[in-house]
Amino acid sequence: MEILIFVIKFLYVPLISPLCIGIIRKIKAIMQNREGASIFQPYNDLLKLFNKDEIIAPTASWIFMYTPYLLFTITLIISMGLPFLITGDNIFGVNDFLVMIYLFAFSSFFLSLAGIDTGSSFGGFGSSREMTVLALTEGGMLFSILPLAILTNTTNISLMASSLAGLDFVYYAPVLISFIAFFIALLAENSRIPFDNPATHLELTMIHEAMILEYSGKRLALIEWSAFNKLLIFAILGANLFFPWGINSSANLTTTFLTMAITFAKVLIVITAVAVVESSVAKLRYFKLPDLLFTSFILGVISLFLVVI
Amino acid sequence: MDNLFLSTIGTFVTGAILSLLLKSKGKIANRVSNISAITGSILGIIMSGSLLIGRFQYHTIIQTSFPLLNISINVDQLSAFFILVISTVSLTSSIYGLSYMQKFIKQYSVGSFGFFYNLFIASLILVSSASNSLYFLIVWEIMSITSYFLVIFENKKSENINAGFLYLVMTHLGTAFILLTFLLLFMFTGSFEFAVIKQQANNIPLLVKNVIFVLALVGFGTKAGIIPLHIWLPRAHPAAPSHVSALMSGVMIKTAILMMIRIYLDLMPSGASWWGIVVLIIGAISSLLGVLYALSEHDIKKLLAYHSVENIGIILMGLGSAMIFYSLGMIPLAILGLVAALYHTMNHAIFKSLLFLGAGSVVLQTHSHNMEEYGGLIKRMPYTAVFFLIGAVAISALPPFNGFASEWATYQALFAGVIAQSTLIKGSFVLAIASLAFTGGLAAACFVKAFAVTFLAKPRSEAAKNSVESPMLMNVGMAILALLCLVLGIFSGSVVPEIIAVTTSLSAMSNYTPAIATSPQSVTVSQGFASLNLPAVFIALAGVLTIVMTLVYIKTRNQKVSAVDVWDCGAPPLNSRAEITSTGFARALIVMFGSLMRPTKHTIIENNISNLPYYPSSKTVNLEVPNVYETKLYRPVHTILSFIASKVSIVQNGNVNQYLMYIFVTLIGLLLWSNF
Amino acid sequence: MLRLYTKIFKNPKTLISTQTLYHNPDITIIGEKLQSKIGKLFSGSLAIREVAAGSDNSVEQELTALTNSYYDIERFGIHFVASPKHADMLMVSGPVSRNMIHALKVAYECTPNPKIVVAVGDGAIDGGIYKGSYATVDGVKNVIPVHFEIPGDPPSPVTILTSLLNILEIIDSKKLGQQNG
Repeated sequence: MEILIFVIKFLYVPLISPLCIGIIRKIKAIMQNREGASIFQPYNDLLKLFNKDEIIAPTASWIFMYTPYLLFTITLIISMGLPFLITGDNIFGVNDFLVMIYLFAFSSFFLSLAGIDTGSSFGGFGSSREMTVLALTEGGMLFSILPLAILTNTTNISLMASSLAGLDFVYYAPVLISFIAFFIALLAENSRIPFDNPATHLELTMIHEAMILEYSGKRLALIEWSAFNKLLIFAILGANLFFPWGINSSANLTTTFLTMAITFAKVLIVITAVAVVESSVAKLRYFKLPDLLFTSFILGVISLFLVVI
Repeated sequence: MDNLFLSTIGTFVTGAILSLLLKSKGKIANRVSNISAITGSILGIIMSGSLLIGRFQYHTIIQTSFPLLNISINVDQLSAFFILVISTVSLTSSIYGLSYMQKFIKQYSVGSFGFFYNLFIASLILVSSASNSLYFLIVWEIMSITSYFLVIFENKKSENINAGFLYLVMTHLGTAFILLTFLLLFMFTGSFEFAVIKQQANNIPLLVKNVIFVLALVGFGTKAGIIPLHIWLPRAHPAAPSHVSALMSGVMIKTAILMMIRIYLDLMPSGASWWGIVVLIIGAISSLLGVLYALSEHDIKKLLAYHSVENIGIILMGLGSAMIFYSLGMIPLAILGLVAALYHTMNHAIFKSLLFLGAGSVVLQTHSHNMEEYGGLIKRMPYTAVFFLIGAVAISALPPFNGFASEWATYQALFAGVIAQSTLIKGSFVLAIASLAFTGGLAAACFVKAFAVTFLAKPRSEAAKNSVESPMLMNVGMAILALLCLVLGIFSGSVVPEIIAVTTSLSAMSNYTPAIATSPQSVTVSQGFASLNLPAVFIALAGVLTIVMTLVYIKTRNQKVSAVDVWDCGAPPLNSRAEITSTGFARALIVMFGSLMRPTKHTIIENNISNLPYYPSSKTVNLEVPNVYETKLYRPVHTILSFIASKVSIVQNGNVNQYLMYIFVTLIGLLLWSNF
Repeated sequence: MLRLYTKIFKNPKTLISTQTLYHNPDITIIGEKLQSKIGKLFSGSLAIREVAAGSDNSVEQELTALTNSYYDIERFGIHFVASPKHADMLMVSGPVSRNMIHALKVAYECTPNPKIVVAVGDGAIDGGIYKGSYATVDGVKNVIPVHFEIPGDPPSPVTILTSLLNILEIIDSKKLGQQNG
C-alpha cells in the first residue's frame, strides 16, 4: 500500500503538469477572445516530440546532451518533497526548503551551461539573463519561505505546512505577505510574464526559450516537460504551503485521492492567477526586473520582521 | 608525536635546502622540492589526522636564549584541523606542481622556487601550531616573505613585481596591527605565551579588549582579505604560479581565520556582542561585494581571487554568528556557528584550490589569463573541464557537493540568530541572510560565466584551438580534490561530528550540547529545526537520473540523432565572435547593481571621413568597473603618508656620521631616562 | 482593470466556424510522396516554422492573421515556433531569391525528421510573378523537396487554414499513401 501511494505521489507532478500548462493557455486564450488549444494539447506536443528525430550541433558537448535528463530528474526529485500526501519520512532528502531552492538553482545552472554550449549567440544571452534573474530571485525565494520556517520552527516543508494548518487566523498576515513575495518569485523562476514571455517568437526578447532554441526531439520534450513540472511544483508550494488546508497524511487510498483532488483544485486557483496576471500586464523591460524582484525580497523581509518581532 | 611533527617540518626544510643546492639542475630541483613537499604533506596529514582521531593535543616548548621568546608549539584540535586542511591542499598542489613547474625550468630558477615553496608550506604549519606570540610573529613573517617571493617568481613581468610589492606592503600593514595586538595583550597579561594569556584574559580591561578586537580584526583581516583590505588579493593571486595561488587562496588566508577564532573565541572569549555584529556585517559585505567584483572580472585568476573574498565573507558570517551567540550565552548555537565557519573553511580550501589548479591548466595551454581568449576547451581538455565543473558546482553551493553542506550550516546559524534577543542583532542577522542568499545566486551566475566562457562553445583564439589535455600528474592532483568535493558533501554526516569535536575542544565551548547533531546520513540542527540528508539527495539524483535515461532510451531508441550546425537564422556560419563574452554575460548584473559597482562605459568611434559620422571605420567600447578602494581610500592615505615621509626625510640625509650621532644621543638619553 | 475584464467576458467570440473550414473543397496540391509513418506522429500537434524566402510579405501577413482571434489556428493544435529545430513543418513563401538559397537549405537541414515542407503562395510554388527573374530560382522545389503546395497570390487565411486542415487530415488518415499507391 505504501509503495502504491509512493508511486502515485511520484507520478502526480509529471502526469498533471502538462494539463496545468494546457489550462493556463486555455485561460489566456479565453481572455484574448479566442477559443485556444485543447487543455490536453501539451500532452500531444510532448508525445510528438518524443517521436521525432533529433538534431544536435557538432559543437555541443556532453553538457548539452545530458542536461535535459538532469533537469527532468531534479523536478521529479523535488516533487517528492512537496507538502501534499505527506508520507512521513523524507526519502529523497528534499524536504528542507534550502535544498529545494538550491536544487532549482542546480537545474538553472546546467540549463544555462547548455544554452551556451552550442555556441549559439541566442543561447548565450538567454543564459546570461536566466542567471541574472535567478541571482536576483534567490533573495525573494528564500525570504518568502523563511518567515514560515521561523513561525513554525522548522525548515521542513511538510512539517511547516502541517503546523501552519493549525495556525490561528489572526496570525495569518505575515503568511499572506510571504505569499505575495513567493508569487513574484514564482513568475520569475518559471519565466512567465512580466519577466519573460513564454509564447514569444522573438529571439532577442527571450530568456528561457533562447536557451532551448538548439534542442529538438526527445531532449526538447524533456526540457519542456521539466519546465511544466517546475511550474506545477511552484503552484503546489504556493497552494499547499501558504494555504495548507485539506492536506492529509496518506493513510489509505481514499485520503490519497481526496488530497490529490483538493490539491489540484487549489493549484487551479494559483495557475488561474498566473494566467490572469499574464493576460493583464505587459512584459517588463529587462532592466526594470530588479525593481520587481527586490519588491518580492522586501516583502519577504517585512513578513519576517512581523514574525520575529 | 614529537618525532612526527619535527620530521614533517624537517622534510620541508630539507627539501627547501636541497632544492636550493640543486639550483643549477632545474629538472632535478623541481622533482626534489615537490617530492619532499609531498612527503611532508603526507606526514602532516598523518600527524594532524592522528591528533584529530585520538582527540589529544601535542605540546612542546623549546627555550631560547632570547628573552621572552620561546619556541612554543601547541597543536590542539583546532590547529590539527587547520594543519590537516593545509597538508591536504599542499599534497595535491605539489603533485600538480611536479609537472606544472616544468614549463618554467628554462626561464626561471625553479630551484629557488622550490626553496621558498617548501619553506612556505612549513611556515603555514608552524603558524597554525605556534603558541607564543613572538614566535608566532616570526613564523608569520616567514610565511609572508616566502609567499612574497613565490608571488614574484615570474619576475620578468613587471606587473608581477608590482603585485608582489603591493602584497608586501599590505601584509606588513597587517603585521603591524597584529604586533600591536600582541603587545597590548602582553601589557595586560604579562606574557607572550598563549596559555598564560588565556588564563590572565580576565584581567584585561574592557576598553583594551575592544581595542584588541579592532586591531586584530584589521591585522588578520588584511591577510584574510576582507573588504576594504582585500586589494592585494586580486593582484597577488594571478601573479603567482597557479598551485601557489591554490595554497595562498586555499589555506594561507585561512590562517588569519584560525587566529581570529583563536583570539576571539579561545584566548579572550568574553567579548561584547557588538564584536560579533561587526564581524557578521563585515562578512556580509565582503561576500556580496566580493562576488560582484568577481562577476566583473574577465581575468580567470582574478575572478577566483575575488571569490576568495566572497568565501572569507561567508566564513566570517559563521564566525560572527558564533561570537554573537557566545556573548549572549547561547553556547550551543555558538558551536553551530563555529562549526559552519570551520566546515566552510575546509570546503573552500578544497574547491578553491581545485579551481585554481584548473585555471592553471587552462592558462598553461592558452598562455593567457583573459577568459575572452578561451572557449571550446571541454573538447580539448575533457578531464580538466570535469574537474573545473565540479569545483564550480561546489563553490556555487549546489547540492549535494560540499559547498552546499557548509553554506547550509551557515544559513542555519544565521536563521537561529533571527530569533535572538535584541532588534539590532536580529537586523544584522537578517542582513547576513540576505547577503548570503544573493551571494549564492550571484556565485552561481559567476561560475556559469567562468565555466561556459572557458570551456564551452567554440575556441576564441588560436591558442585555445590548439590546446591539449594537461599531463597526468596535474589531473591526478585535481582529481583528488574533485573527489573530496563530492565526498565531503555527501558524507557530511560523518565529517561534521569531527568538526564538532574540534569546536567543543575549545575550553570556552566544552561541556555544552551543541545545537548541531549528526547521524551517519544526516545533519540536524537545533533539535530538529532543520535536517540535511545529502546522501539521499545524491542517491535520488543518481537513481532517478538512471531511470529517466533508461526509460527515454527505451521509448526513443528508434529515433535518429543527426549532427547539423547551430541554427544561425540562415546567416553565413556562426563563428566564435558571435558567442557571448565574459563581459557581456555579467554586464546586466553589473548594471543592475550599478549603485554599488559604478560601472563606466566609454565609446570611441573613429570615422573614415572625419566630418561625417555616417561611416564609422571602427567602434571601441570600454566597459569598466572602477577600483573605488584605490582611488577613494588608498590614494588619499598614500598622499598623506608621502607628505609625512617627506618631512621625516629631513633627519634621514644619508650621512653616516650623523647616524652615529643619533645613536649616541639616543643612548645618552636612555641612560639619563633610566636613572631618573 | 475591472472594466477590461468585464468587456472581455461580455463580448461574444467571433470565430470562423469549423464547419465552413472542413467543408471547403480540397485546394491543397500534393507534391512529393510522404512516408506514411508521419501520419500518427503529428496527430494533434503541428509546429510550423515560417521561412520567408524572398517573398513580398503578402503571404506573411496572411499567415500572421492565422494566429488572431478570428482564425485562431491554435485550437487545431497548430502553432508557430521560433526555431526550425522545434518545427515539424516548414512553410516557405516567396520564389526563393538567390541570397536565401543557403538559408532555406540550412533551415531544411535544421528541421528534425519527420518533417513536411509546404510551399505557400504562387511565388513559392513556381516563382509566380517573379518567374524567370535572374534573382530567383523559381520556386521552393528547386532547392528542397516540397510535400504540399497552397496556391494563391497570396492565399487568403481561409485558404491557408483549410489547406492546413486538409494536410493534417491527409496525414492523419494516411490518405497520402493510398493516393500515391
